[in-house]
Amino acid sequence: MPVQTEPARRELTTEPRFSDKVFRAIVTGGGLSSLLILGLIFAFLAYQGFSVLRSQGFHFVTGSTWQIVQDDAGNIDLSQSKFGIAAMLIGTILCALIAVVIAVPISVLSALFLTFYAPPFVKRMMVAVVDLMAAFPSILFGLWGFFILMPSVEYWAKLIHKYFGFVPIFKLEAPVVTRSPFVAGVVLAVMIIPIITSISREIFSQTPLDRVQAAYALGATRWSMIRAVALPYGRSGVVGGAMLGLGRAMGETVAVYTVLNIVYQINWQILLGAGGNVASMILLKFGEAGPQEIKALMAAGLVLFLLTLVVNSLADFVVKRSGGKGR
Amino acid sequence: MTLDSKIAVRSQKPWASSPKQRVASALVIVVAVISTYLLVAITPLKGKLAYFGLFFLIFILLDFLYHLRLFGFPSGKDAIARGVVALGVTLATMPVVSILITVFNRGRRGLHWGLFTHDMKLNSVNDPISQGGLLHALTGTFTLVAIALIISLPIGILTALYLTEIRGRFAGPIKFLVQAMSGVPSIVAGLFILAAIVYPITKSYSGFMGSLALTILMIPTIARTAEEVLLLIPIELREAGIALGGTQWRTVGMVVLPAARSGLVTAVILGIARVAGETAPIILLTGGGDGVNGNPFSGPMGSLPFYIWKSFSVGTEESVTRAWAGIFVLLVIVMILFISARLLSERRRGN
Repeated sequence: MPVQTEPARRELTTEPRFSDKVFRAIVTGGGLSSLLILGLIFAFLAYQGFSVLRSQGFHFVTGSTWQIVQDDAGNIDLSQSKFGIAAMLIGTILCALIAVVIAVPISVLSALFLTFYAPPFVKRMMVAVVDLMAAFPSILFGLWGFFILMPSVEYWAKLIHKYFGFVPIFKLEAPVVTRSPFVAGVVLAVMIIPIITSISREIFSQTPLDRVQAAYALGATRWSMIRAVALPYGRSGVVGGAMLGLGRAMGETVAVYTVLNIVYQINWQILLGAGGNVASMILLKFGEAGPQEIKALMAAGLVLFLLTLVVNSLADFVVKRSGGKGR
Repeated sequence: MTLDSKIAVRSQKPWASSPKQRVASALVIVVAVISTYLLVAITPLKGKLAYFGLFFLIFILLDFLYHLRLFGFPSGKDAIARGVVALGVTLATMPVVSILITVFNRGRRGLHWGLFTHDMKLNSVNDPISQGGLLHALTGTFTLVAIALIISLPIGILTALYLTEIRGRFAGPIKFLVQAMSGVPSIVAGLFILAAIVYPITKSYSGFMGSLALTILMIPTIARTAEEVLLLIPIELREAGIALGGTQWRTVGMVVLPAARSGLVTAVILGIARVAGETAPIILLTGGGDGVNGNPFSGPMGSLPFYIWKSFSVGTEESVTRAWAGIFVLLVIVMILFISARLLSERRRGN
């Protein structure tokens, strides 16, 4: 009689197979690449800009002179040279703020239209148009802004100066309105309208339907429904979208470069044709910069990187928290 | 006449506007247009701005009065809101229309078939527009984008897979970092490659350096779009794969990814559209040659954005015409990519 042999028991385990372990390791590695890249960007810009940052100290972000002093041999004397990007930093924030102030109302109105007013066909078309606009390259906005938008905006600037000249920021010390921060702000506004619009639209479209219908059932007009339900619900989403637009506007290079007259001074008069922007300053000075100046530009890039990172992170945080509020 | 026909049930739409109301709202618009013209003619106001502003002002006012008289104050407020929303949408759409018209009108003058068969090796940007072309720019952009895609596609998809399939400890932070990465200014990406590779290692500009900078800008776009697509794949497909005895990598590789194929193509297209017109890092890194250069690892590499930039900076009539022709070609490429991405995703939703 043959000996009955029990088949070997299969081991039950939740331990992943070897192949899965490899797979998970590879995917995790790929996933961590964004951390790696962001870390490397910070590390290398800090490394290259370190000597400038050390010699300038805190003056790098508070000073507003960019003065290169060479010694007799033609080498750049770091202790004598002054690298301060305050003028450009203020210019960056100013242009971006102008852009956000112009773009937010337009974008919110468009988002409201797309969510609550537009018939389905118009809505689909308009959403495509807005998304297409977000895909336009920035050099296109630069050329269009320079040739088409700038003449009109200069005319608007003159009007604003004529009727609102008493407001401090609309003052003009010299009658030069060409290539002012205001023009740059308008071009940037056009560029960030699609971003703010699509984020606001997404938030508005998540407005709870029961609340919308409750408002209508109580006899609300469309506007009172929007004011009572949609706007309170979407408020923080709109704020987040605006900040995302702000971050995008701060980092914009080419479009600003083409329409802004970069002058190295702190200028609060937004209609005056002299302004600054860290990104376009880097592009402007890069061409003829020596090795030391390049390091200063790297340091400026680091500041810009950190600034946009902070603004974007805050925006992300605000957008994520949005919704759930409102009457 | 029978009684039946008198009380025949007709569907009613009490919310729809009656023909009379429609005529009235059309009249409001007509009156607004006419009075705008009259006001511009009489008063010293002039220009497009005056027409535009006055029209909306008068229109909103008339609409408000009409609704106020007919339905009372809340309806009047509603009419104002409607008018302001219409104004906002008009303001948001005008730039797109203006851009498309401008690029078409100005770009048309510089277009000829020679553009696609010649480069600028023997011509300067100031030569008559019929000489030279942008072959080098087209091949350059193609090379730059292709290399960037080869590098960023696997990284982007792996990131998306980590966020959707593994959902490990770092999923939250990585999502956040990808979002942060998409906000990195393009010039910073250029400076980073300059600081990390060009100055310490290669010490020369080349197309490959430009591609690396584009990679940084492309990864977040691909990762986020791919993540959205993978999230749409039903969990049952994954469970079925596991239940059939598949390991996770086989399930992902043979079930999930094929199911998401068209969505991944959309991600690729959007990634390409994102970087094809990127200018700042290209100016910093590629050196911008005038001839066709097939080797991305050495020698200056031309590209469409650089060609546009260079022609625009020279500023003469011929060179600006060249710049607009370049923009035209670039815009056509971006629009083709964009429309195909949209069609693909619509078809996917249709299924």
